[in-house]
Amino acid sequence: MENFVTQMQGVPLNHYIIFCSIIFAIGVTGVLIRRNVIIIMMSIELMLNAVNLLLAAFSVYRGDASGQVFVFFIMALAAAEVAVGLAIIIMVYRNTKSVDIESLSKLRW
Amino acid sequence: MGAIITLGILGILLLYLGLYKAKQALLPTTIIGLLVALGFSLSLWTKDATALYHGMVIFDRYAIAFSALLIIVTVLILLLSKEYFRSISDNIAEYYCLIVFSLMGALLVAAYHNFAMLFVGIEIMSVALYILVGIRKSDFASNEAALKYFLMGAFSTGFLLFGITLIYGAAGTFDLSGLREYVMSSTAISPLFYAGVLLMLCGLCFKVGAAPFHFWTPDVYDGAPILITTFMSTVVKVASFVGFFRLFSMVMVPVSEFWTPVLLMITIITLSIGNITALLQVSFKRMMAYSSISHAGYMLFAIVSIGPASASSILMYAVAYCFASVIAFGALILVKRKTGSEQFESFNGLAKREPLLALVLTVAMLSLAGVPLTAGFIGKFMMFNNVMGNYNIMLLIIAVINAAIAVYYYLHVVVNMYFKRGHEEPADRIMISNSYTIVLGIAAVLTIVFGVYPDVIIGLI
Repeated sequence: MENFVTQMQGVPLNHYIIFCSIIFAIGVTGVLIRRNVIIIMMSIELMLNAVNLLLAAFSVYRGDASGQVFVFFIMALAAAEVAVGLAIIIMVYRNTKSVDIESLSKLRW
Repeated sequence: MGAIITLGILGILLLYLGLYKAKQALLPTTIIGLLVALGFSLSLWTKDATALYHGMVIFDRYAIAFSALLIIVTVLILLLSKEYFRSISDNIAEYYCLIVFSLMGALLVAAYHNFAMLFVGIEIMSVALYILVGIRKSDFASNEAALKYFLMGAFSTGFLLFGITLIYGAAGTFDLSGLREYVMSSTAISPLFYAGVLLMLCGLCFKVGAAPFHFWTPDVYDGAPILITTFMSTVVKVASFVGFFRLFSMVMVPVSEFWTPVLLMITIITLSIGNITALLQVSFKRMMAYSSISHAGYMLFAIVSIGPASASSILMYAVAYCFASVIAFGALILVKRKTGSEQFESFNGLAKREPLLALVLTVAMLSLAGVPLTAGFIGKFMMFNNVMGNYNIMLLIIAVINAAIAVYYYLHVVVNMYFKRGHEEPADRIMISNSYTIVLGIAAVLTIVFGVYPDVIIGLI
């Protein structure tokens, strides 16, 4: 375990921050430009996992376990959210026979 | 904490009642459980507030007052549900259970003292709501609303979490008092902290439906079943604001010169977009959705200029807004059941057929518009007073113009009810059950009582 911590600290913290920001940005871009609902959900997962990685990195650098505990909260709730989300997508698919976000434009002002 | 545990047990109990087909017992059990939870939260009123469970939650007066408001509004909404759910589906235990779970998340958001609890609370509240919004499985609008709400909710959670992470990276703690010490003591606050504040601001603005993050609100409010819309636009919106306000008043005040300009712009855009778009609507339900955006703008006033009176003004505004919304949506359910339409035209001539219902709805509309002698006026007055104390004249002028615009579309309904002729005969009455009479009556009386004696609410926190 000590070995792992020193290994993780071998990479400068700034690299973690930049790396996670890039992954997060890819996730945000994916949500905004993709049309397939499943891929949008994957992009959201990418955002959450960027957060998880960054939390773990901060937590190791500070020697404070609470950041890693927070990662477990995020994982558990993200799983619950995905379960509900997939159920909603299946429900929509049964009615529209499509997972394209463009097919959902009935509600417009 | 007793209240939150009670609600958790109540939700599971309701699922069992549904399993054993005890349909008649559902509503009474829920109401009794909610009243027990209300008792538990009020019992902490006189105790000293300390952060419990290693600083996870705190039940100060601010949290207790809002918890009580949220529980009472939920009771009113559930009383309206009696015939409503039965007309949608056979399996109605899920509705009660999910609403109770969502309320549990809302109470957690009201009482959080650690970012972990803020996140868990928001998620419990939202995940239950994603299901509730899409609960009409074969209704296309409901499907679409559920999917949009889910995607936008998960997206905004991502922003909120990234903000929390950056703040953790800068300060090394999730605890609100630890964060306050960090902000107060350190001379050089890390740039990560500022980035975190901005991202959290985005995430929370998504949750409360403030422009430019409001675009999901009208679609979701429009597509969801009316009663769920009522729940979303009152309980969930107020709970998100309570969390928003607690974070900014406890932690962010020393760095206010950084985020105030951003929030000021958001407030102005929210007010204007909400009001101007509400003018163009032909559907009452969609008008209420846009008006809820503009009310979010007014509630943001309390955060833009945080002062000693901000907490009580946000409470007053929330009380006025919740009761008026419950009346408006309750009346809409009755009218829609009769005419099958949510348009403004379906209210035509309502005053002839149902003078009492029209009167109650008029009180609600006046309260939402902020006319004196109603609770809405006191709420708006206190918000404007806050802003005036900080000499923010620009914001005040925009707010007053917007309040004037709002009067137009709220009175649109009143004019339709009193001065336009309906298609039906006057004898063709709406069936109003006792529970509707009681709920609408209580809400209307409270709206006027709090408008005449606002001290009851103002002195609380």
